[in-house]
Amino acid sequence: MVSERSSKEFFAVTLRVWRQAGPSASGRFVDYPATNVSPDMSFLELLDVVNDGLTVKDEEPIAFAHDCREGICGTCSCTINGKPHGPGHGIATCQLYMRSFKDGDTIIVEPFRARAFPLVKDLVTDRSAFDRIQQAGGFISVRTGAAPDANSIPVPKDDADLAMDAATCIGCGACVAACKNASAMLFVAAKVSHLGLMPQGQPERDKRVLAMVQAMDEAGFGNCTNQYECSAVCPKLITHDFIARMNRDYVKALFKAKFKPVSSASGGAG
Amino acid sequence: MAKLEAKVPSGPLADKWRRHKTEIKLVNPANKRKYEIIVVGAGLAGSAAAASLAELGYKVRCFVFHDSPRRAHSIAAQGGINAAKNYQNDGDSVHRLFYDTIKGGDYRAREANVHRLAEVSVNIIDQCAAQGVPFAREYDGLLANRSFGGAQVSRTFYARGQTGQQLLLGAYSALSRMVGAGGVELHTDSEMLDLVVVNGHAKGIIVRDLVTGVIRRHNADAVILATGGYGNVFNLSTYARGSNATAIWRAYKRGACFGNPCYTQIHPTCIPVSGDYQSKLTLMSESLRNDGRIWVPKKKENRLKKPTDIPEADRDYYLERIYPSFGNLCPRDVASRAAKRMCDEGRGVGESGLGVYLDFSDAIKRLGESGVRERYGNLFDIYHEITAESAYQTPMRIFPAVHYTMGGLWVDYNLMSNLPGLFVLGEANFSDHGANRLGASALMQGLADGYFVIPYTVSDYLAGQKPGSRPSIDNAEFAQAEENVTAMTKRLLSINGKEPVSHFHKRLGRIMWEFCGMARTKPGLELALQQIPALREEFWRNVKVPGSAATLNQSLEQAGRVADFLELGELMCRDALTREESCGGHFREEHQYEDGECKRDDEKFGHVAAWEYQGEDVAPLRNTEPLNYEFTKMSVRSYK
Ligand code: SF4
Ligand code: FES
Repeated sequence: MVSERSSKEFFAVTLRVWRQAGPSASGRFVDYPATNVSPDMSFLELLDVVNDGLTVKDEEPIAFAHDCREGICGTCSCTINGKPHGPGHGIATCQLYMRSFKDGDTIIVEPFRARAFPLVKDLVTDRSAFDRIQQAGGFISVRTGAAPDANSIPVPKDDADLAMDAATCIGCGACVAACKNASAMLFVAAKVSHLGLMPQGQPERDKRVLAMVQAMDEAGFGNCTNQYECSAVCPKLITHDFIARMNRDYVKALFKAKFKPVSSASGGAG
Repeated sequence: MAKLEAKVPSGPLADKWRRHKTEIKLVNPANKRKYEIIVVGAGLAGSAAAASLAELGYKVRCFVFHDSPRRAHSIAAQGGINAAKNYQNDGDSVHRLFYDTIKGGDYRAREANVHRLAEVSVNIIDQCAAQGVPFAREYDGLLANRSFGGAQVSRTFYARGQTGQQLLLGAYSALSRMVGAGGVELHTDSEMLDLVVVNGHAKGIIVRDLVTGVIRRHNADAVILATGGYGNVFNLSTYARGSNATAIWRAYKRGACFGNPCYTQIHPTCIPVSGDYQSKLTLMSESLRNDGRIWVPKKKENRLKKPTDIPEADRDYYLERIYPSFGNLCPRDVASRAAKRMCDEGRGVGESGLGVYLDFSDAIKRLGESGVRERYGNLFDIYHEITAESAYQTPMRIFPAVHYTMGGLWVDYNLMSNLPGLFVLGEANFSDHGANRLGASALMQGLADGYFVIPYTVSDYLAGQKPGSRPSIDNAEFAQAEENVTAMTKRLLSINGKEPVSHFHKRLGRIMWEFCGMARTKPGLELALQQIPALREEFWRNVKVPGSAATLNQSLEQAGRVADFLELGELMCRDALTREESCGGHFREEHQYEDGECKRDDEKFGHVAAWEYQGEDVAPLRNTEPLNYEFTKMSVRSYK
């Protein structure tokens, strides 16, 4: 909502932050009071300010992942007050502004927690499992230079638009962190649907979905039990309808694979 | 003195690249797997290069400081990518794209490179469409185009306001495919901290694992840097917080020349600064200038008045007034400087006085609110998130911000630096944009370099290197470079001063913005050249870097990058001071026409300045590469 507060009104909050020195160290919450919080400050800018304060006091700053700070790279990844990316709707952590909080609030800040995302330090986790899923089949095999003229394959506008809806996924992992089973279905479904909706993606459609689902299972993500917590926290509001779409693709591909030599269903990069 | 041979092939402009491709030395297919190539960076240029080279059979190792290649900042490009497809039949051609780019760069780019860029632009669109990039489509299913950033034809392809994201994900998918197939060995969370030069050739890098702190040596037959631009030297910019110059800067200190460091691009449409805590400036795509009208109040005293209360007659639509034929669509540098002039006159809006209005009320009248929402809804949402204001009801406030650096490591026509074996692609090199880059040209260049140039040109070098001849990592040069990195890390951790890294970065940024930003003067630059070394000295005496080198330590990472910026900033000012002319993004107040436009001096400065490192605290050497305009006439760049 539009805030009526002028940018001059500073306020105070307490950050209750998960601190953990490394994957095998034990972790705990530590409180950091923050005064002079401006409503126009982003949440990550507040972490910057707190970190500078810790540094000059000779304490180790809070490690947190971030880069673009405009909601597109998918690096930032805090669970804030129990919700991945915090209280906003359709935004990433870096797009959260302090005007969403009020004077005196205690804000609980944790890493994205999931078995397949091992903790690195404090608020930073290892999400390389997502890359491994992509490497298993998240592509259309086309050698550089081997492409036909771009307009030789028309794509119905509705298909292109729907593919684009799925393709906006920023690979942040909030969907996994929000899911009680730590399932990666929304992420995988988004990629499978994007490529499966494009005519260019048809030749590898079956192979792709089988390979990506297999890689997802191997990475230790949980099963989907249709709770849809994922799309509720997704910064790009990717709809869980894509999960249903992927399930259909998967069943179809499994069925077809039965009537083919085994090798063609084994996926992998090609 | 470095040898700068541009190696531009002879013959007519339009034949150069084709001929060069047929004459270039090739590596026998069976030998390709015997060559190892290091690619640093996995944005558009790096991912495209790594994937394409691996497809050809080379062994590729790709290093990124991010936790995944998909995070590279190419992902944030909004507007689009140019290509001379002429699908709209509106008179576009390779020659027109070439000419627009040369003129847009204010006649400070190499003609042959730019022509090649325009030629391969068409292949890029084919490649990306085949990868499944969901470009915007018309109802007939064919690709949609728009006019963008000062072009008079519709040649920009786009994917909503997220073109960079979709192109990067396309390149990332190609890279992922080759990682899966074993053609590329991917090293994430890995930052290059030195270049290893053996017998004058680039043969390896030193890398720190950002998670474990382990420092490793990597050898190769050739090293490719595709590590992006250095705009974060200004601290506040539209770059990602992590974007840095470390890879190219350390290569510079190993002998690679730095071309035109002072050429920086200030983007006219960004959200203004709101406070001292600010970490980042957010760009509002310049596609907004297609429908938004830019203005400031005619009278100073109205500058704090509610904009909707200022009557039409009291508004100055200054771009439309000064540049009647291009109006709100004039190039970025021109629009940015005009905004600065308005604010300097005291007519800037918002609390700080550093802002101008971008007004959509006419567009809303014409297209309806829903029409505007359809075109720009996501940008209006971003604006609302950041400022808590609705641009449907009140004009946006915008102000210029640092957005891109046209300068970078010097490369020849093959994209090889003066250090043999070192190739530099994308924003990290200086090559194609001259003194100013046109909108939707950065994505084009990154992908051109990565997909369509380097796969050919790298073989010209490798064919001269015996397979298996790369030096071992036990070599003295590797040991020395590793020692160099370890010593710097130790030194940063041991200073134990009083101020955090950000303190120095902010101060450097203020000096750079003030004296080496949108408008530069001799006295200002001279002052900066005193202040920066002093600040650097203070940094090395008083910075506080907590923690250890043996774990994830973001303060340490940042300290190393800011240490480099503190040196690079000085070189930029030196370059800006020496270039006694105005051109594109480099505006020297002493050199302007009466109407405030850039006054070039082609006779004295129709060249590339390629700076060569001479050692710590020694002035670098200024080499030049003359720009011979054979095919276009250098003329005054006018958008009136
Ligand atoms: S689906 Fe949404 S929540 Fe999941 S990774 Fe993609 S953007 Fe993030
Ligand atoms: S930092 Fe890039 S999405 Fe948040």
